[in-house]
Amino acid sequence: MELVQRARQGDRRAIARLISLAENEAPEATAALQELYQYTGGAHIIGITGPPGSGKSTLTDKLVKELRKRGKTVGVIAVDPTSPFTGGAILGDRVRMADLALDEGVYIRSMGTRGSLGGLSKATHYTIKILDACGFDYILIETVGVGQSEVDIVKTADTVLVITVPGLGDDIQAIKAGILEIGDIFAVNKADRDGANRVVVELEMMLDLDPEKSNWRPPILLTVAAQSKGITELLDTIMNHKEFLEKSGLLEKRRRERLENEVLDLVVQKISNYITEKVGQEGRLNKELDRIMRREVDPYTVVNKIFQETLK
Amino acid sequence: MTEKRIRVLVAKPGLDGHDRGAKVVARALRDAGMEVIYTGLRQTPEQIVAAAIQEDVDVVAMSILSGAHNHLFPRVVELLKEKGADDVLVVGGGVIPDADIPFLKEKGVAEIFTPGTPTSVSIEFIKNNVKR
Repeated sequence: MELVQRARQGDRRAIARLISLAENEAPEATAALQELYQYTGGAHIIGITGPPGSGKSTLTDKLVKELRKRGKTVGVIAVDPTSPFTGGAILGDRVRMADLALDEGVYIRSMGTRGSLGGLSKATHYTIKILDACGFDYILIETVGVGQSEVDIVKTADTVLVITVPGLGDDIQAIKAGILEIGDIFAVNKADRDGANRVVVELEMMLDLDPEKSNWRPPILLTVAAQSKGITELLDTIMNHKEFLEKSGLLEKRRRERLENEVLDLVVQKISNYITEKVGQEGRLNKELDRIMRREVDPYTVVNKIFQETLK
Repeated sequence: MTEKRIRVLVAKPGLDGHDRGAKVVARALRDAGMEVIYTGLRQTPEQIVAAAIQEDVDVVAMSILSGAHNHLFPRVVELLKEKGADDVLVVGGGVIPDADIPFLKEKGVAEIFTPGTPTSVSIEFIKNNVKR
């Protein structure tokens, strides 16, 4: 495909087009991804997650600049929420990254969640592959401002950076299940505010309770992204994690698990599309629904019947 | 294939610090089901075009209150053309004298929305004129 060739040579318009095709789930997108797949695997993927207003975009901006200082190329995927009512979205994370727009070694793409939950959009996964295959050394994914349980990023990134800020709640928050469990590295941002040290203590406590003692204890760093404080140390820590993953064989293990999830997800999706299409044909589903509405039959029996008829 | 969403870059070129209007427009476009990429204040034409290309937008919508529209709007159109992205619809808004509008249209700005234009007019215009 000509678009793939151009994208691989660094043509930004071609890269942008490929991402749009993937985002719109255009039929050409699959062919492009099939062609690109062989070139993927080179990039280190960093997920950046945390609550709204914790400074994800500002921190991302500073990390990109630090990576650029070290001569690396960077792709950024910034995900913001899509309105569940209109399907529209305001993607505003570029505001904090405005001066990266002209850097030839950086590519920033904003995305709406378009209906998927979990903090990422479905197209995020495709976009990672496209940027990876186009030769970016690092890919930073900034999730939507997540609450407590949107933990998709852990199934997507090599290194998960969880950002938190002082003042979010009491110490029970730190031991609840959710995003605090998925961090490989923690950044307590806006650390110039009162209570930053308390957050560190609470996180340390949470990590002490972790029953699964691994060889990587997630480091906790203090940052003030808006003033570029703590960024060098943070990137050094990310680099240490990368090295740890590579040397311990964990990178390969994680990537294999991810692949398993991905392949199974795609299979399930395909089956689901197939069944939905079959069932929708000739108003078949409507007839069954009518019967269920009249209480002539129960939904569970219908489901079994549909399952057997479509998958035989 | 999911329905294609119209993607719009909303930008404030040049030196002015007032973006309430741009935010109102951004919100209205959002409510019309579009994906709006907002780039913030004080953008150069080069930054706007670079962002428009990376984001693969269908529309660039700019707002200017500083009086520099005759310089900045045509420059954006020109740069888009240079980068092979002349299929992007360019519209402008803000405090723009009627007398300047024919010049801007001649330079490739598809439409100018002056203060008081209902957002529904801009939305209809964009929906009817996206080029791809």
